[in-house]
Amino acid sequence: MTVHETFEGGQEMKGRDDTGLKELAREKGAVLRLPEGVTVDPADVDVEVGEDETMIINMGPQHPSTHGVLRVMLELDGETVLRSKPVIGYLHTGMEKNQEELMYIQGSTNVTRMDYLSPIFNETVFSVAVETLLDVQVPDRATWIRMLMMELNRVASHLLFMATNGMDVGAISMMLYGWREREIILSFFEKVTGLRMNHNYVRPGGVAADLPEGWQDDVLDICDAIPPRLAEYDDLLTGQPIFRERTEQVGVITADQALALGATGPILRAAGVPWDLRKDMPYMFYDQLEFDVVVGTYGDAFDRYAVRLNEMRESINMIRQIVDLVPAGDYRVQDKKVTPPPRARIDESMEALIHHFKLFTEGFKVPTGEVYVAIEQPRGELGAYLVSDGSAKPYRFHMRDPSFVNLQCLPVMLRGGFVADAVAVISSIDPIMGGVDR
Amino acid sequence: MSDSTVEQTETETAAETEPETAAATPGQHVLHATRESYLDVVKGLQDEGYDMLVDLCAVDYLSHPGRVLPNGVEPERFEVVVNLLSRPLRKRVRVRVQVPDADPTLPSLFDLWPGTEAMEREAFDLMGIVFTDHPDLTRILMPEDWEGHPLRKDYGVGRVPVQFKAAPSTR
Repeated sequence: MTVHETFEGGQEMKGRDDTGLKELAREKGAVLRLPEGVTVDPADVDVEVGEDETMIINMGPQHPSTHGVLRVMLELDGETVLRSKPVIGYLHTGMEKNQEELMYIQGSTNVTRMDYLSPIFNETVFSVAVETLLDVQVPDRATWIRMLMMELNRVASHLLFMATNGMDVGAISMMLYGWREREIILSFFEKVTGLRMNHNYVRPGGVAADLPEGWQDDVLDICDAIPPRLAEYDDLLTGQPIFRERTEQVGVITADQALALGATGPILRAAGVPWDLRKDMPYMFYDQLEFDVVVGTYGDAFDRYAVRLNEMRESINMIRQIVDLVPAGDYRVQDKKVTPPPRARIDESMEALIHHFKLFTEGFKVPTGEVYVAIEQPRGELGAYLVSDGSAKPYRFHMRDPSFVNLQCLPVMLRGGFVADAVAVISSIDPIMGGVDR
Repeated sequence: MSDSTVEQTETETAAETEPETAAATPGQHVLHATRESYLDVVKGLQDEGYDMLVDLCAVDYLSHPGRVLPNGVEPERFEVVVNLLSRPLRKRVRVRVQVPDADPTLPSLFDLWPGTEAMEREAFDLMGIVFTDHPDLTRILMPEDWEGHPLRKDYGVGRVPVQFKAAPSTR
């Protein structure tokens, strides 16, 4: 029999002997820092079962429950997970490098494709970073429109989580319902932005277009349509014994572990930490809205589900408030250096033509500086770090994507559980690989 | 934590606030650390109540050497930027470290925040910063046999042929 040499690279999980002590502890899910003076005892780090009785298997990158192309390597003792290591990068397309080649005016087209389930957030955080460096004050109406779109986007994103999470743990019908409800919001997005996804709607200086006639009715229709459906989910999932069995006490992470790993969003809140940037470090006009931060108690997969479910209710309440608060006015800043002139002006004004031409060939220049802006995205803190060298293109743009950081919780959550639980755990993290790999 | 670290942190702050008024963005709190003081500064901040490390990334300043830096900070090619967040203080702080091209190494923060594992691997993968004492410093986003570090400024865009590796034949 011939044995093929396969390429076992450094990214993969190796045998225990080939793995360093710290890395072994990490893959086992040890997170918290040891007190000073205490050293790691090798006998302590080693897993209980001998290595000849375990096996290392791949889960993914084609596994349907891994939400795209996440690959998790697991060391198994029978059905029990001893060690795990997420392997990522299968969707890496160099978007941060691309961003350096695109003008600021083109930038939001690129960032919107990063975390493809929350495009409005990506565009907003990029635009706010650019505006901070430009020192441009966006009109109030534009900011309120951004908030309205973001909260709708949060509901849409959580609805998709409900759908996939339900399907992953065996509630297939949930997949259809979640998708159905999400479509209501996406069709509103299509009406406003022209596209269901990857909108390129929020741009530096404001938003691309004003809200269409009668948008209040559309939004209020959504606000009326979604809550009864959420009550249906309660019947379908929350009280259902099979669903609870599959998610309760599965993938537990404590608050200290989540903080040490940098986890944010529903993972951190499900562990009992009331941390929401909208509430704790308010940006835009979130301090004018009344809403609660939803927290869990046990930090398990069920709590993460419950946090997201109730966050949707909070978001719907916020959307109702926003509808009343959106003021009249401009939807983008009247600064000719940043905002292109309206199409009709180009035919009659030489100046408008020049501005239009200059903007779309050279773009606008952003003063030298660097800035970090963070907003609360459905999955956690979305940060944008922007460095400008004074030209019309970002010198460096780095996106701090919550999915990328949250994925590191996997070894902690999987340790000691069953392989079947791994499906529920991966699903409860809700990673979007487009954001993880960028 | 020793008292010397606190002093160091404060002097860093003092050195920072004076000259960078031109480039500083309002509401953004920036500290500059040297490679030697990097670990102590970050550890000092952790003890001050900065309990979350939200982001770590690297910047290549090869083609933008004229950036504004406070007095006493020698510009180098690379810069590693660490974003810390304090929940009790409701504040953010950014620590910037200059890393020279000749020896792009920096101590790992893994022992302080295990969450830096993926971020440091990303900085290594895309920018070539070597983090000493990192438990598993391998490529994370690029294929593991990739050559070069794509986010560096001397790494051409669109001029690099796609690298394929030969799969062994089954026959």
